Amino acid sequence: MGWFKRIKEGITTSTKEKKETPEGLWYKCPSCKKIIPSNEHQENAYVCPHCGYHEKIGSVEYFNLLFDEGKFVELFSNLVSKDPLKFVDTKPYTQRLQESFEKSGLKDAMRVATGKMNGMSLVICCMDFQFIGGSMGSVVGEKISLAIDYCIENKSPLLIISKSGGARMMEAAYSLMQMAKTAAKLSVLSNHKIPYISLLTDPTTGGVTASFAMLGDLNVAEPGSLIGFAGPRVVKETIGKDLPKGFQTAEFVLEHGFLDKIIPRTKLKTELFHLFDFLS
Amino acid sequence: MTYLDFEKPIQELENELNKLKEVQKKSKVPLDDKIEELNKLIENKIREIYSNLTAWQRVQVSRHPERPYTLAYAEYITNGTFMELHGDRCVADDKAMVGGFGKIEGQTFMIIGQQKGINTKMRQIRRFGMANPDGYRKALRLMKLAEKFNKPIVTFIDTPGAYPGLEAEERGQGEAIARNLYEMAQLKVPVICFIIGEGASGGALGIGVGDRVYMLENTWYSVISPESCSSILWRSWEHKEKAAEALKLTAKDMFEHGLIDGIIPEPLGGAHRNPQQAFENVKKVILESYQELKKIDPQTLVEKRIQKFVSMGEVEALDVNEIHNEILND
Repeated sequence: MGWFKRIKEGITTSTKEKKETPEGLWYKCPSCKKIIPSNEHQENAYVCPHCGYHEKIGSVEYFNLLFDEGKFVELFSNLVSKDPLKFVDTKPYTQRLQESFEKSGLKDAMRVATGKMNGMSLVICCMDFQFIGGSMGSVVGEKISLAIDYCIENKSPLLIISKSGGARMMEAAYSLMQMAKTAAKLSVLSNHKIPYISLLTDPTTGGVTASFAMLGDLNVAEPGSLIGFAGPRVVKETIGKDLPKGFQTAEFVLEHGFLDKIIPRTKLKTELFHLFDFLS
Repeated sequence: MTYLDFEKPIQELENELNKLKEVQKKSKVPLDDKIEELNKLIENKIREIYSNLTAWQRVQVSRHPERPYTLAYAEYITNGTFMELHGDRCVADDKAMVGGFGKIEGQTFMIIGQQKGINTKMRQIRRFGMANPDGYRKALRLMKLAEKFNKPIVTFIDTPGAYPGLEAEERGQGEAIARNLYEMAQLKVPVICFIIGEGASGGALGIGVGDRVYMLENTWYSVISPESCSSILWRSWEHKEKAAEALKLTAKDMFEHGLIDGIIPEPLGGAHRNPQQAFENVKKVILESYQELKKIDPQTLVEKRIQKFVSMGEVEALDVNEIHNEILND
C-alpha cells in the first residue's frame, strides 16, 4: 500500500500529437544551463546574459558582428586544399575535405574579408573551427599570406581571429611550414608599420599559438578561451598530476604576461576600434 | 652497440665476427681470410637492409641511442674551439638547448641546437632534447648576438618536440617559438639548419628557419611524431608504421616536396656507426653553403629566405565562375 495515490493521469498525449518546439527558437547555455530565446542570445553577440559564457561562433558571425552593417567583401574565397601528400588515415584526406565542404558549407578553416569597422577600413582573417577543427594547412597559410599582401597594398590594418586545434596533420610538413610562412610574412607587415591585432578565441592551441596568434602588435582574447601550445591532456600526462584550476584559460595567459587584454565579445567592436585607433 | 629490431641479421653476423676474432686471439690460428669474408658479408648485409628502410625504420635510426648529438657535432666541426654560452637572460639556462661560438676553417660561426642526454641522468636533465621557452629564448638571444657581430649561424635540430610541461605553458611556449620564427625570418646573417635526428613539429621549426635546411639521410621532419599521429587519427598507438608512411616525413620525401634544400648522406648503417664521417659530411656542406650565402647582400638574403618559406604550400585556386555557380545552386 503506497503512501501517495496518483489522482491525475501521467502524460496522455500520444507521441504522434506531441508538439515539437521549433528548432533554434531557444538557446540553452552549456555552462549555466539557463534557457533564453535564440534571438536574444544572438543580439547579445552569442554571449549568455546570465553567466557570460561565450558560445563558439564562426567567421560569418564575427564578420557580421565587426563590420559596419554586416557589410564586407570576401577575399581569396576560391582557394581549396590540394592533398599534396595523398594522405590516408582512417579515410582519405580528399574524402574528409569533401565531407567538411558539405557539412560546413566552407572551403577551408579560414575566411578573409575586408570592410569597414566604425568607418575604418580593415581586413579580418577569421578561422572556422567547424572545418577540421580549425586546423591550419596550406590554405590557411596562403590566405594569411595573401591577406598581408593586400594589407600592405591598401595600407589596411589587420585583425586575425584564431580558433584552432593547431596544424593540420593531413598536410603534415606542409602544415608545419605554414607556421614559418605566416610568421615570416608578419615580419614583413611589421616592417611596413601596419598594425596587426591578434584575437585569440576558444580554443587556440598548437601551431597556431606558436605562430601568428602570438605575434600581434597587440594580443587580445575572449574571456574563458582555452589558449596554449600543448593540449591540456598532454600537459597532464607529462607532469603526471591534475592541472591547476583555470590552467591555460585566457585569464591564466593574461596573468603570465602573454596577452594585452581580455575583451568580452559584447564590447569587441568598440574596444578593437579603440586599439586600432591608437595604432593608426 | 645497440641493435634495432630490423638489424637482427647484422647483429648475428657481428656476433659471429667477434667470436671468430676471439678464437684467433686465443688459439693464434690465422683466420684472417674468414674474418675478411665475414666483414664483407656484414657490409653487404648492412647495405641491403639500409637501402630498403621503411619510414618507420628511419624514425628508429634517428632515435638510435648511440647517434651523435649537437655537442658532438659542434666539438668536431670546430676542431675543439666550440665554446658553449649559457642562459636566456630572463629565467634560466635550458639544458635541452645549447649554443655557442666556434671556428670552422678560421671563420667564426654561432652554433645552436637541441641536445639530448648521453646517459640516463643527462637525458633527464636535458629533458630528452625537449626545450622549454627558456631554451628558445636562449637560442634567439644567441642568434641576435651573432647577427650583431655579423657571424653566420648553424643550427642542429634534434628534438621529439618542444617540452609540453606546466612551466613551459606558464612561460609561453607558443610565444617563444612564434617569436623565433618571426625573428629568424629577418636575421641579416646566413642561417644554415640541419636535422641531425628527430625534427618534430614547432619545437624543431623553432630553430629551423634558415636560408638552407638540410636533413641527414636517416632523420625525419614533420608536424607530429608518428606515434602521436597514430593516437590522434587512428585512436591507438598501434598504427605508428602507417602514420610514418602517411606523414611523408623522410629526407627523401621532404626533398621531393621541396620543403628542404638537400639530403646529407650518412655513413653505411647510420651516423652512429661512423660519427666522424657524419661530422665531415656536415662540415663540408656548412662550408659550401656559407661560401654561397656570404656573397648575397643581407637585404636580398632576408628577402630570399622569406620567399622560400612563403612559397611552401599547395593550394588550388578554383575558377571564380565555379564558385558563383555553386552559390546559385545552393
